[in-house]
Amino acid sequence: MKELICIVCPRGCRLTVNENNDYAVTGNSCKRGEVYGKAEVTAPVRVVTSTVRVLQDGRVPSRDRAVRCPVKTSDAIPKGLIFDAVKAIEAASVKPPVRIGDVIIPHICGTQADLVATKNII
Amino acid sequence: MYDLIIIGGGPAGLAAAVKAKECGLKKVMICERSTELGGILNQCIHNGFGLTYFKEELTGPEYASRFIDMLKETDVEVRTDTMVLDISPEKEVHMVSPAMGYRVEKAKAVILAMGCRERSRGALSIPGTRPAGVYTAGAAQKYVNIDGYLPGRRVVILGSGDIGLIMARRLTLEGCKVLACVELNEYSSGLNRNIVQCLNDYDIPLLLSHTVTNISGDRRVERVTVSEVDNKTKQPIPGTEQYFDCDTLLLSVGLIPENELSRDAGINLDPRTKGPYVYDNMETSLPGVFACGNVLHVHDLVDFVTQEAQRAAAAAAEYVKKGQPERGEVLDVKTAGGVTYTVPQQICPADLEGDTKVSFRVNRVFGKSRIVVSSGDRELFTQKKPFMMPGEMQNVMLPADILKAAEDSITVEARED
Amino acid sequence: MNKNYDVVIIGCGTSGAAIAYTLSKYDLRVAVLEKENDVAMGTTRANSGILHAGYDPEPGTLMAKLNVRGVEIARELADKLGYMYKPVGSLVLAFSGHDVKTIKTLKARGDANGVKGCRILTKEEVQQMEPMVSENVVAALYAPSAICSPWELCLCMAETAVLNGTDLLLETEVVDISREKDGDWKVVAARNLDPLTQADAKDRKSTELLEFSARFVINAAGLYADKVHDMAAPHSFDIIPSRGEYYLLDKAEGFRARHTIFQCPDENGKGVLVSPTVHGNLIVGPNSEKSRPDDYSTTSEGQAYVKKASAKSVPSVDFRNNIRNFAGIRAKSDRADFIIEEAKGAENFIDVAGICSPGLSSAPAIGEYVAELLAGKGLALKQKPGEMKYYRKPAHFKDLSADEKNALIAKDPSYGRVVCRCESITEGEMRDTFGSPIPPRSVDAIKRRTMAGQGRCQGGFCGPQVVKILAENLGLTEDRILQNAAGSWMVIRKEDR
Repeated sequence: MKELICIVCPRGCRLTVNENNDYAVTGNSCKRGEVYGKAEVTAPVRVVTSTVRVLQDGRVPSRDRAVRCPVKTSDAIPKGLIFDAVKAIEAASVKPPVRIGDVIIPHICGTQADLVATKNII
Repeated sequence: MYDLIIIGGGPAGLAAAVKAKECGLKKVMICERSTELGGILNQCIHNGFGLTYFKEELTGPEYASRFIDMLKETDVEVRTDTMVLDISPEKEVHMVSPAMGYRVEKAKAVILAMGCRERSRGALSIPGTRPAGVYTAGAAQKYVNIDGYLPGRRVVILGSGDIGLIMARRLTLEGCKVLACVELNEYSSGLNRNIVQCLNDYDIPLLLSHTVTNISGDRRVERVTVSEVDNKTKQPIPGTEQYFDCDTLLLSVGLIPENELSRDAGINLDPRTKGPYVYDNMETSLPGVFACGNVLHVHDLVDFVTQEAQRAAAAAAEYVKKGQPERGEVLDVKTAGGVTYTVPQQICPADLEGDTKVSFRVNRVFGKSRIVVSSGDRELFTQKKPFMMPGEMQNVMLPADILKAAEDSITVEARED
Repeated sequence: MNKNYDVVIIGCGTSGAAIAYTLSKYDLRVAVLEKENDVAMGTTRANSGILHAGYDPEPGTLMAKLNVRGVEIARELADKLGYMYKPVGSLVLAFSGHDVKTIKTLKARGDANGVKGCRILTKEEVQQMEPMVSENVVAALYAPSAICSPWELCLCMAETAVLNGTDLLLETEVVDISREKDGDWKVVAARNLDPLTQADAKDRKSTELLEFSARFVINAAGLYADKVHDMAAPHSFDIIPSRGEYYLLDKAEGFRARHTIFQCPDENGKGVLVSPTVHGNLIVGPNSEKSRPDDYSTTSEGQAYVKKASAKSVPSVDFRNNIRNFAGIRAKSDRADFIIEEAKGAENFIDVAGICSPGLSSAPAIGEYVAELLAGKGLALKQKPGEMKYYRKPAHFKDLSADEKNALIAKDPSYGRVVCRCESITEGEMRDTFGSPIPPRSVDAIKRRTMAGQGRCQGGFCGPQVVKILAENLGLTEDRILQNAAGSWMVIRKEDR
């Protein structure tokens, strides 16, 4: 039996996952909690958020112009890949205009998730 | 003359503006002191926003952009880079901006949505030197997420508020070493999910019942002293000192509603929330002036800010269209048994239809318990709560008929089973 | 490089600035050497900010004479230089028969020192003038004192001196003083080459040496005056640094005191005061404890003492509204009076040392006194041709009328952008400081010049903005911007982590 705090939503349900019974989850209030509980014990995943550099080429520098564009992985990726993802994100950059959802790194670290922009930058 | 001027273009102001148009107001203006709308959401690049309101998990900028996009579909006048300096009791709003200069605009109704600020080192009187490298977590968040700089290399975080926890993870991902997160209370003031995914995931120790008792370093922070505290007196216990060699101390020790404008306008403030006293329609003691979001009381979830702002905007629209409502009998909302405050603080049951949401916080960790609402010695309403802690705002929905049955006041009480 | 001056002043705190200000009226070549990156960085930056009426010093002392004359000049300077000055008056509270005797002695001293307007107040009078004062008060001495912002007074004197031709060299620490063959003094100073790190004056890699020759050297080195003295003359006094801790409270607490409220002085000094500040805050402190000359730390014991002691005067102060704790260090000496004299065995080397309280009050008169001393030593004080230029900083945007505000914004839209929300300071005001005679080099230097970041959020909101404004105006990247003194870097680049 493994006890967890669900991180799917701010409610923070206290989950119990039974490894000896096909990872049955109890204590959850919703389906998403069950999915989380199972995954957390078998193959934990996280959404990674960070920022990438906004290329300024040719633009007049201005205090109000964005220099960083916030990004996220479009889906949760394996926990073990977080720091690899961070390295890839550090090397990445975007050129404005950027729209929310624009793919910056497809299939980041070979996962099914893309790195996408989370802000519109003109 | 404007129908409505909204002060603040963060989540509360944005939702209020959109709602005010839905409710049919014509001339609506929103003033934002920053150069873009969205408020603090712009620097909250992490995910976890919108689960209640949009039923999906968004980052801060994404959540803001949903409302900014909705606002673009309206004719609300958006004045960014505009600081409101003064609000008169006659609802004249004094504002200044580089583009339009100093102006006074008059409105039939005003919504206060100025948000809150972070408590700083002074509020805690932490002894020691005054070097560079002591930042509020929010200031550090801005340096990292907006400006692309790091506040330092080795970091201790005092306080386990959500921004502090989020920054522990953020800085770790940016290659900084976060040595510890230090919390005065025996429980964290942040959400449990953030302790799991921001501290536990990265093996950052959470030192409960500890505090920072000294800061040293002449020019830049060089070391902080952390001591255990007595849970009753909250005083440091001599002999429990630990030393952390670090160059940065982040403070995540609470938020304070920013009500200097409200105070100067003569609006009555609740010393418990540090926000205005409001009726169930979010109207303050100054007729036609409404408040919502973190300026009213500090929220932990933006989704509830949105809902509160919509409630304030709908009421402001009523006010503009129909004038000051007849209040009828006014119920004071009192607290007991570990409930520290309520919003609203007053309810006018006469015209109520449907449920009235009452938000509150508790002053300690509660296991299985019940929320009991009573009037005099009559219990009018109870609701079970599996678990409550000070870090999580609680809400109850009170039906109109029970409020109409109350006399003089109602009392909201938490009772542990 | 060997620069030739009539007078070299070492140290630019209030004393050094006042001397420079006074000498800048005359046709002289004067340099001020300051080891920090701004003026007012030692004792001046952290004290009560009181311009004492002058009843405290023993009659006949230099302190008594310069205190009374100093505040007279300070009042005139408020008009000329436009620094914030409020003649709020002070009360020394008496709680016992013994205290009543003390305040009568103080009154007599005030009379002897030529202070006008001191009077003994009854309990009722005190309570009427100061409603929040403790019930236990039995009488008080009223004196016509004033409050100011000490760093502002220092800064505006230094700015005016620079405007009138004085050379101010910052980050320039004197390391050696010797006599040249022609009888002039040779002053060697080390200049810090990398502001991001605190320089070690002995380290030739991080500093460059500058040489100055001067007929007169004035030692206004404050907490280090004994060290500087010993470079030029046989040891003759010690500086005994005495630290005092303060609380600075939010403007919401400003109403607790209308006057500067003292308790009766004892062997430890003037005791803990409760006073409004010129900016409308409430200041409470100081205690008094021995310290190193560079240890500005506060302690939980000191804070507790100040809190407790202040409750005797004004019990209702709500310390939850505290916005800042800080400590200042008084440059006391082992003598009872100020040391303002030519050092024995070092002709034309003038010590201005042991300037503890009432040093701020006396400073403007110290300028005059030193000028007379120099004249007595044969320095010709010839008025400069033409009018003296006074540096007046622009008015605060928030204090202007609507029309004046719009006129400024029309000229420069950055006056329409409020950067510091708590104190309503605009970007335009911050930019103005870069065109002043002593441009800011740090975030705190902007604070000293505009009040930005001094309010209740203590720079939480405006800090990052001010860093950007500094970076733009100094032509630096943000990781090169300092909070205050050399070494107080604020942020690093991701690449440098």
